[in-house]
Amino acid sequence: MSEEKEERVPAMQRLLDNHFLLLFIGVTMPTVFYILWGVMEIVSIPIAK
Amino acid sequence: MSKYRICPDTGLYFDRSGEGLMKANAVAGAVALLVGGILALLVGLTRWPAIHYLGASDFYMVLTAHGINALIFWLIFFEIAILYFASSTLLRCRLATPRWAWAGFALMLIGAVMTNVAIFQGNSSVMMTSYAPMEAAPHFYLGMILFAVGALIGCFVFLGTLVIAKEEKTYHGSIPLVTFGALTACIIAVFTIASGAIILIPSFLWSVGLIGQIDALMYRVIWWGMGHSSQQLNVAAQVSVWYAVAAIVFGAKPMSEKVSRTAFLLYIFFLQLASAHHILADPGVSSTWKIFNTSYAMYLAVLASMIHGLTVPGSMEVAQRKKGFTNGLFEWLRKAPWGNPVFSGIFLSIITFGFLGGITGVVMGTEQINLIIHNTFYVPGHFHATVVLGTTLTFMALTYFLIPVLFRREIIMPGLAKWQPYLFAGGMTILAIFMMGAGTLGVPRRHWDVGFAQAAEMGLKFEFPGSAEMMLGLVGIGSVIAVIGGALYLVITVGSLLFGKKLEESAGLMQSFGFATLAPSCYTSEKIEPVKGPAADLEEHGSAGFEAPGTFILAMLLLVTFVVYYFINWKYLSSVWPMG
Repeated sequence: MSEEKEERVPAMQRLLDNHFLLLFIGVTMPTVFYILWGVMEIVSIPIAK
Repeated sequence: MSKYRICPDTGLYFDRSGEGLMKANAVAGAVALLVGGILALLVGLTRWPAIHYLGASDFYMVLTAHGINALIFWLIFFEIAILYFASSTLLRCRLATPRWAWAGFALMLIGAVMTNVAIFQGNSSVMMTSYAPMEAAPHFYLGMILFAVGALIGCFVFLGTLVIAKEEKTYHGSIPLVTFGALTACIIAVFTIASGAIILIPSFLWSVGLIGQIDALMYRVIWWGMGHSSQQLNVAAQVSVWYAVAAIVFGAKPMSEKVSRTAFLLYIFFLQLASAHHILADPGVSSTWKIFNTSYAMYLAVLASMIHGLTVPGSMEVAQRKKGFTNGLFEWLRKAPWGNPVFSGIFLSIITFGFLGGITGVVMGTEQINLIIHNTFYVPGHFHATVVLGTTLTFMALTYFLIPVLFRREIIMPGLAKWQPYLFAGGMTILAIFMMGAGTLGVPRRHWDVGFAQAAEMGLKFEFPGSAEMMLGLVGIGSVIAVIGGALYLVITVGSLLFGKKLEESAGLMQSFGFATLAPSCYTSEKIEPVKGPAADLEEHGSAGFEAPGTFILAMLLLVTFVVYYFINWKYLSSVWPMG
């Protein structure tokens, strides 16, 4: 049991080894913070009368 | 059963299907570089005031084609080759779905040709950015879309190969660091292509009349999600190659593999957000959006680049010191193989990328001081330092390694090959520095005639200081030197593929271009374990430690230069807008 605990892969290592999770984060972060946030600000500009 | 070849000189593994794809993509990239390079000379000779070679409409057409060929097609073709190398070769497994990979290559090729045709027909001189409401011909956008779809297929082939390697347990623990860097580039590429699809597909529909209009600001924001990220996947790929060359030339391990991986992780999280610095002078998006994406997020990506800038030369120093080059701070550097273009190209790339491209990138990413140089000649000066001195020079250096190993040909004219990186880097450094100098004096980018001769005829007289004109002349001289360096690269590498001594009897013309495999006797299905040498150095894990005092001095020099230059810009800003 204690051996199993010692061999547990650290969370950071598991993140680095999970390539598809990294792909998800790497696409989601800029999509949310750059594209969606930016687009929301542009579409909320009042239309000139 | 998949078949593969083990390089007798390096021990590297080449999957029979993947090998041809690597070659075909690298050669297609070189053709795009040839086109981009010829056009670069025409652009350089036109912006040189004393020569002013092209007429206005030709200039904008040539500049559009130069940007797209040199910044997009050359680099992404070569990066697809790197993705296949970093996956199937370094993980010692077959390449996933080679037929799809060839389909992706064909789409990229058709797209690149189509976009070039559209530009040279003369109705699509819209610059690389093709800002709406400037409208290009429909096949300009369609070509870009096809190229992007092809590149996306290449990314999925890379990801599929990672899955195969994991399933077949061809590696232990984590993927090698170089492959992890390539994964970073692949992730950034997927976002890049998605952004491109979001904006280029509507632009295509607009160009054929199915959509009434494209909002100019919306276009700019989303386009730069593609435009700048496409340059950042270059950074990730180039840094991966730096680590690869450190292992190949010196047998070096990274100073700390954990730190280097974490730095790549920072790229995955934050690098793409820096696209916002192109929008810093635009109305319509808030300062909160601008400052979060540039000053906060981008600095974390800059931190990652500074880490790589420390750990790559640091790993070389540690390896050199282990070989006994321990005198003083810099014996390891003095005794480095400066005559080997694989090393010299990479080291020049690291230095110029850091001192010229990196520092100026931070200045451009700061909302206030960005305004001094926004949309001036400074901007191409910056990205010639990052993309050309950084990525192109790195890929050139890697080619000298790949020609014997992948193409099985000897390099022709080795004496000239020794000088090629210095010539190219020298010319490009002159060009980048004086572009930035002229930009600081307000000279605009993408402008056919900064003498404003036509405006003067209408009574609008404006003159830049004489020093700006002198700097534009120096830019022209730098561009000529760099083009000669670039031409030498193409002559040496393509000449080697055609006329280089065969290191394998069956390495003929078709094999050099990826359209046929080597003789069946070169390939085997038997499992062969990694051997000593570059293959083992690239594939194994480990950290070398931080015993690199010379590199730390160089890093401090960079930091001091950075701080001084940063504050000079703030001082300059205060003189642009005097108070009181």
